[in-house]
This record gives sequence, structure tokens and C-alpha cells, in this order.
Amino acid sequence: MWLSELLIGSVRLLVGAYPRWVRSAPSAAQGIYFANHSSHMDTLVLWSALPPELRRQTRPVAAKDYWGGSAFHRYVSGKGFNVVLIERAREDRSVDPLQPLYDVLSSGQSLIIFPEGTRKPQALPDPFKSGLYHLSQRFPNVELVPVYLENLHRSMPKGTFFPLPLICTVRFGAPLATIENESKENFLERARREVMALA
Amino acid sequence: MNVQPKFYWLIGGVVVLLFIATVIGMLLKMRATTDSSRTVVDNLNQRTRAWWSMIAIFVLAFFIGRNATLVLFGIISFLALREFITLTPTKSGDYYPLALSFFLLVPLQYYLIGIDWYALFSIFIPVYGFLLLPAFAALAGDVEDFLARIAKIQWGVMIAVYCVSHAPALLLLDVPGYSESGQNVLLLFYLLLIVQMSDVMQYVFGKLFGKTKIAPVVSPSKTVEGFIGGGASAVAIGAAMWWITPFTPLQSAGMALIIVLMGFFGGLALSAIKRSLGAKDWGTMIEGHGGVMDRMDSVSFAAPIFFHVTRYYFTP
Repeated sequence: MWLSELLIGSVRLLVGAYPRWVRSAPSAAQGIYFANHSSHMDTLVLWSALPPELRRQTRPVAAKDYWGGSAFHRYVSGKGFNVVLIERAREDRSVDPLQPLYDVLSSGQSLIIFPEGTRKPQALPDPFKSGLYHLSQRFPNVELVPVYLENLHRSMPKGTFFPLPLICTVRFGAPLATIENESKENFLERARREVMALA
Repeated sequence: MNVQPKFYWLIGGVVVLLFIATVIGMLLKMRATTDSSRTVVDNLNQRTRAWWSMIAIFVLAFFIGRNATLVLFGIISFLALREFITLTPTKSGDYYPLALSFFLLVPLQYYLIGIDWYALFSIFIPVYGFLLLPAFAALAGDVEDFLARIAKIQWGVMIAVYCVSHAPALLLLDVPGYSESGQNVLLLFYLLLIVQMSDVMQYVFGKLFGKTKIAPVVSPSKTVEGFIGGGASAVAIGAAMWWITPFTPLQSAGMALIIVLMGFFGGLALSAIKRSLGAKDWGTMIEGHGGVMDRMDSVSFAAPIFFHVTRYYFTP
């Protein structure tokens, strides 16, 4: 759709969003792309860096309080890059906040998530929240692809509202190997290290 | 001669030359067997390809006019600055001076050229930009490495925006007996031609006869033999191209010499800068894309001096 093209074009002009597959190649298999998170641009940049045929079947996960905040944000994020909105605040304890993500994975589509949960001021990721672990448990056959977003913390530091034009490379790594009976903590730390190894 | 026939002769000549260069490049590629010879051939073919796109852009600019040329160079400045700043360590306190550089200084500099306001465009960045950038940076309140950080931003803006913008600024010069017939666009072509020819010929002469390195640490491929051979051929080409300029053949040789010297200094100085930033090529350092500064380094040094010498001696 025209809005997607416009968004991707603007992202290219401002920050490049050049994909780089490190010891890996784009795969048509269903996947969860997980990355470090430092700016509001991250979702759009990672999504733009995917090859078009993968992008069509991939939905970024975004916080409802930001991308669902205003009618404008909802329109852009929904029509433009097809986000799945999730609740960060978790007021209602009876509903699993990950349910929308389970639905997307069940339908065969791929996801983009930022397991730190919120934006960080530095380049390297903080410890991951457990969402990624729960997704991997419930969908063991979905590939978990680590992604490192370079330079975005410089382009759009927390507290600013427009990205600076700095060239950002998006590095995709090889999918995470499965280890039987791995503890949650070990799994999350291993996933985080895979992202850091791409930096 | 009027500008139209000159233009067609010029483009025709360049296209024939490029065609020959492309065919030779393909033949060389087939015959290259060692790794080092492959690198050399690839490098030459890359330059030929850059020339094809440059000529396409030039033809386009000629037909759609001065403003289009300015927009084009504005985009080049924007991309060159983006590359420069990407490789420069900046901090979040640099957000506002950087935003000012990209979104205000770049368009305003080209707008001022577009409205022919020489008195302001020639001092806009060195005076207003120079003073406002540190003021904005100081407001962010981060004093760590303040001078080094702001100096790098000022440097990037001066080179990528101010200096580069003097190439299309040639279009606003009023050279009697020349500019009236709309020939200034040929002057811009002349500048780019000499700069590129000098680069290519220095590379070729260096590969063939190069022994004595000029600055081995800064730029290992620059040799005395390459510089003299390449520089002399670029000056000869400049003299032979006098008919597209307002100069006599001798003056044209002198102008070409100035362009060659400044282009050489530009290549050297910017090579030292990128090495101090830890990169070998502006292009390869940034994966997947880049290389605008690699193409513009010589132009950025040659353009302002060529502009001012022409303006001083050939306009009333």
C-alpha cells in the first residue's frame, strides 16, 4: 500500500536501514525477529530491512500506549506496517498480554519483537523480559532470529521526536539453536548474547 | 558556438569514451587472473560505472534546468553529511546541532544559491553556521569533549555542504560573452571532468609507473609518478577542452592545474580524516551503502577555489 511505500522510502532516506545477513540468509520459514531497542524508529527500520516477501508475512509488535495512542498513530502503524498492539501496563491480570502474539503465530505469520520491553539509551541491550521465552515454549518450531540495530540510539535518542539522518545497518544473525530443558534465565541470557554478538 | 551544439558534441564524445572504457573494462575482467589484478580491474570498472550515472544525471540536469541541479547537489550534500556524521562519534547532546545541520543548513545553503544571493551564501555557513552550531550544542549541557564534538560537526558541514555547494554555484556566475548563452552548466561539467580525469589518470599512472609514495600512511596509492603523470594528462585534457569554457587554451590549462592540485589535496586531507576515524573507505566502513564522500572528496576542495578564481578574474 502507498503508506507502506512512503514509510519505507522515508526510512531509507533518513537512516538507510541496510540489511546485513551475518552467517545467515533470509529464510521463508516462520520466525520471530528479536532485537535491541533504543528508539521509536526501531520497529519501522527492522521491518523495512526485511526482504519484501518476508515483510508481507511479518508483523511488528508495538506498545499500545505509543503506536495505539492517537488515531494518527493507530492509522500509520496499522495500515502502514501492520503492527500487533500489546498492552504494556497490564491492568487486567486475567488476560494474558501475549495472547495477541499467540494468535499471530498460530495464523502462520512472523513477528518482530523487542524483548527488553522498552527503549534503552545505550546501544547494547539490557536483560530481556520473559515474553520471548514464553513464545519459544509455546511455538518451538518457529525460528528465533537475533537482530542488531546499529546507530539508532544516536539517530533518535530517547526524548527526541524526529530521527537524525545517520546510516543504520540492520544485522540479522543465524536462528537460535534449541537446547532441551534449558532454564528460562539461561535461555533469555543466551538470546541477549546472540544480539550482542552481532554488534 | 552556441551551447546546444557544444553540449551535444560534449555528451557524444563522453558517451563514446565511456563506451570504449566499458568494453575495455569487460575485456580486462575476462583476462584478469590474479586477485590483485582483479581488484584493479574492479576498481576501474567501478569508476566507469560512476561516470555513466554521472553523465546520466548531468544530461538530466541540463534539460530540467538550474533548480533541478541545485536539488540534486542538495541531495548529494545531505548524503555526504549523513556519511560523515555516521562515522563521527557523536553523543545525544549533539542532537540539536545535528538536526540544525541536516534540516536547516543544507536546504538554506542551496536556497541561497538558488535565489542568487552571493553575499549571503558565501558566508552563511562559515559565519552563521559556525556560531550557531556550538550555541545549540551548549544548550544541551554536555561538556565532555565539547570542543572536539562540535569541531567535527562544523567540519562535516563545511566540507559536505559549504564546499560541495560551490560546484553548482558556478551556475550563477556572470561571465561576459559566456553566461548570456546559458553555458555555465558546461563550466560545472568542466570542473567535474577535470577532477575525475585527474583521479582516474593518477590511478592509472600510479599503477603503471608508481614507485615513490607521497604519503604512505595517509594514502598508499598516491605516488609521485602517478601524480605527475595523471596531473599532467588532466591539465592537457583541460587545455584541450577550452572551447567549452570562457578561458583561452592557456588559461584553461592553468585552471585545470588549480583543479588538479586542489583535488589532490582534497583526496589527501579527507583520506587522513577517514583514517583518523578508523575507516579505509567512506563506503566500505558503512555496510551495504556509502561512498558518496569517496566520490566527492576531490570536488569539495577544488570547487570553492575554482569558483572564486573564475569569479575574480572572469566576472566584472
